Amino acid sequence: MILLWMIVILMAGGLLAWLSKKWHPELPRWIALFAVLADFILAVYLWLDAPTATLGASPWLLQLEIPWIPQWGVNFILALDGLSLLMLLLTFFLGILCVLISWREIKVKTGFFHFNLLWVLAGITGVFLTMDLFLFYFFWEVMLIPMYFLIGVWGHANRNYAAYKFFIFTQASGLLMLLSILGLYFIHGAQTGIYTFNYFELLGTSMAPEAARLLMFGFLAAFLVKLPVVPFHSWLPDAHSEAPTAGSVILAGLLLKTGAYGLLRFVLPLFPTATVEFAPWAMLLGAVGIIYGAILAYSQTDLKRLVAYTSVSHMGFIILGVFAFNEWALQGVVMQMIAHGLSTGALFIIAGFLYERLHTRDIGQMGGFWAKAPKMGVIALVFVMASLGLPGLGNFIAEFLTLVGSWQANNWLTVVATIGLVLATAYSLRIMQKVFYEPAPTDHPLPDLTAREMLIAVPMVVLILWLGLYPQPVLDTARPSINQQLQAYQEPEVEEKVAVVAEIPKAELNIEKVKKR
Amino acid sequence: MSQTDFLHLMPLIILTVAALVNMLVVAAWRNHKIIYVISAVSFVAAFLSLFELRGITAYTIYPLFVIDGFGVFYIGLILATALLISMLSYAYFEQREEQKEEYYILLILSTLGACTLVISTHFASLFLGLEVLSVALYSLISYLRARKRSDEAGIKYLILAAFSSAFLLFGMALVYFSVGTMTFAGIATAMAGLQELPLLLLTGFGMMIIGIGFKLSVVPFHMWTPDVYEGAPAPVTAFIATVSKAGVLGIMIRFFMEVDGFRYPTLITIFTIVAISSMIAGNLLALMQTNVKRILAYSSISHLGYLLVAFLAGNRMGVEAITFYLVAYFITTVGAFGVVAMLSDPEQDAELLEDYRGLLWRRPWTATAFTAMLLSLAGIPLTAGFVGKFYVLAAGVNEQLWLLVAMLVLNSVIGLYYYIKIIAVMFQQPEAEEETPRRRLRPSIYVASVGTLAILTLLLLLVGVYPTALVDIIQNVFSSAPAMVNR
Repeated sequence: MILLWMIVILMAGGLLAWLSKKWHPELPRWIALFAVLADFILAVYLWLDAPTATLGASPWLLQLEIPWIPQWGVNFILALDGLSLLMLLLTFFLGILCVLISWREIKVKTGFFHFNLLWVLAGITGVFLTMDLFLFYFFWEVMLIPMYFLIGVWGHANRNYAAYKFFIFTQASGLLMLLSILGLYFIHGAQTGIYTFNYFELLGTSMAPEAARLLMFGFLAAFLVKLPVVPFHSWLPDAHSEAPTAGSVILAGLLLKTGAYGLLRFVLPLFPTATVEFAPWAMLLGAVGIIYGAILAYSQTDLKRLVAYTSVSHMGFIILGVFAFNEWALQGVVMQMIAHGLSTGALFIIAGFLYERLHTRDIGQMGGFWAKAPKMGVIALVFVMASLGLPGLGNFIAEFLTLVGSWQANNWLTVVATIGLVLATAYSLRIMQKVFYEPAPTDHPLPDLTAREMLIAVPMVVLILWLGLYPQPVLDTARPSINQQLQAYQEPEVEEKVAVVAEIPKAELNIEKVKKR
Repeated sequence: MSQTDFLHLMPLIILTVAALVNMLVVAAWRNHKIIYVISAVSFVAAFLSLFELRGITAYTIYPLFVIDGFGVFYIGLILATALLISMLSYAYFEQREEQKEEYYILLILSTLGACTLVISTHFASLFLGLEVLSVALYSLISYLRARKRSDEAGIKYLILAAFSSAFLLFGMALVYFSVGTMTFAGIATAMAGLQELPLLLLTGFGMMIIGIGFKLSVVPFHMWTPDVYEGAPAPVTAFIATVSKAGVLGIMIRFFMEVDGFRYPTLITIFTIVAISSMIAGNLLALMQTNVKRILAYSSISHLGYLLVAFLAGNRMGVEAITFYLVAYFITTVGAFGVVAMLSDPEQDAELLEDYRGLLWRRPWTATAFTAMLLSLAGIPLTAGFVGKFYVLAAGVNEQLWLLVAMLVLNSVIGLYYYIKIIAVMFQQPEAEEETPRRRLRPSIYVASVGTLAILTLLLLLVGVYPTALVDIIQNVFSSAPAMVNR
């Protein structure tokens, strides 16, 4: 039930925030803050309540099942495992920050703004929790509409174009996923006679290789566009740079993660054979994305656009890791999801602070802020360093694990990806150089961070340091569920080990294969 | 006809009597409110009389009618929609200077025609129903005579509808000539042994499809739609978009299921081409419009294309999907035109995109309702439109109609663009605050229009979030009409 409450609190809070505008203009902010805070406390409670020892036995911590449309085999299934839990913590943490950073920035239609904000979060929470494919699609779409409004109503100058592009890209790819879901539903139904959208029952569906490939591409379409992987990324820089700060943080910190989560949760376990076939191409796309994103990031002059392209680059690591099919890489992916959510979110927040003060995002007009605003400088430095993968900060752990894992799968692409890290240094240092160190082009006064802004920034610094210095709790929480996702890939290995005893020449070949993988 | 026959035809009889009573009252004393109340009450009474008929298994009034679950459901749908439209009409016409009273007589008559259509099992009753529906519509469309485009719309509809009726009649004659009967059951028996359609019969069916296609406004028989939608008063547009189409669609499903037309590849090919071209043409043309009524007109063409996808699935799931989609589509369309009607001023309907600029800031609730309607048309979750589209897609995927399903998905994306365009316009912040004081409406009008919209929006969300109840009703309806959907 606690899982249902998380979604209900957000949705009800959203409605209440919208209506409460009538009574007092500041009320929506407080309602939104308390709603997200309540959810965050619930999630933290769940995390502390479930010690890692019990996590080992079964990956599922909580489960809730209510019939919804029984005629079609649609159930309202929410389930929580380590992966979902981590994602929820990230969601609510960033959610709180989003409410806080909008405190001064959003001045019109505050009620409707917070309604949208909370409903995006509710949609994302639903995506991370639901284990029914119909419901998954439902939440997948529920998070789009409010996001569209966030960009389209409160965004910057070119907001309409960006909002359109975001919506149509994600909707088109989502519909392809819906077709795949339906295909899976009917294939499973034809085989077993049970028509259901239940993830757990659909898991072991056997199907013809061509069918599996087509269905996998349907799912991939949605997730790769959302992630985004390079040929499908063009919505991202527009959406990120035109959105209000809270919108950018949600986009970069959370919406991109739903794509990664979808890959882990659905694509890997549902289509074990088809993904192995596709893996080299996916990893290639990942490596290309890392380099391409980094190069484009370097050449941007718009600060938010720059950060947006770094996301493209960082998301390349995720797809590289996901398709490496081993625990190292997947741990890296999970770490990357969290660390990137924090570090990029923080960079967008800093861009937002600067925009509030200067009314520009052009880094050509910035400079010399290190002296004027030392607090902001230090905080920006921490996150720029995180973004370039400095040891001691969360992103380093993530990228290191991913690279170690993907090295075992594909050496050459890993080499290419590592070059991306060097490029990351270049674009990250360029941010610091241009914004904080170079002599100022204009003598514009720049107030340093206020107490409210420090309240936003400091917890993020603490968290990113914690992730970098002591990531063990996160890794422990994620491990059982990662192993669960990888089960379909590990079973054949066990069989092959048995085969070693029986048939030596063939076994040698198999060991080769295992190593390659 | 026996007494039970009359009992089973009660909804139709109530409507007939209501039309007569209205006519007499108008002759004696012209009063908008009284006429409106009589009409609304008769719609409600007719709807309630359906409860006597629920759970019925095919009561035949030989040879013209059959009253079965399918018919009862469609009559109910038509009556409920007509009631909502009459509520909108009241608010709409109260603000206008025309003679309003005859409008309701015509509205009742055309509803009667649509109800007759969906229970017909004979070419005679089919044609009768269709003509009652169309003739009343001719005058409804050009009801506001003083307006610029109303004559154009009325005449366009008159000529094309008469023309298509002629096609339909000729088609019926050819079918009669080759099989020697005009009852659906008789045609079905005569066709049972045929593996291929003989040329004469095929020509007959082809002409009937042309006739039906005009009424449904599917491509390539869609030319009249945008002009008529634009020229007709907003509530009448809602009526054309919903009730008249439900009647025709109902009879088409009934006839096709009865004669099992899905056996013939030629007919399937024809419908596939019509479906795909309706989806594509409707959506692409809608992209180029700047008039909200014309956008909705083209979007209705594409929605008929979506419905044909489910129709082509040709099994029970397909028929259920059509029915569900129709319900969702009706709620949405009536709601959307309701908003148009509500925002219209006495001189002109609010039809230009400009009229909607910054609506969210001027009238937040109306804008929210309209947004919900548009999102439902686009098939976004939490709204009825999504579940409807899902049902249709499921029916298509189940029958592996990959081409059609792919087209549907592609077109949904195109469609999204122009629905969002309207939403984006509504959300634009007004440049300068030139707040014209809103006219205070009388409470009765206010209740009629705002109440209708509120009901529709709530229904939209209810069906979108908890479709189980509606799915249940529809599935029951079709399990009580085994003869039609036994494939």
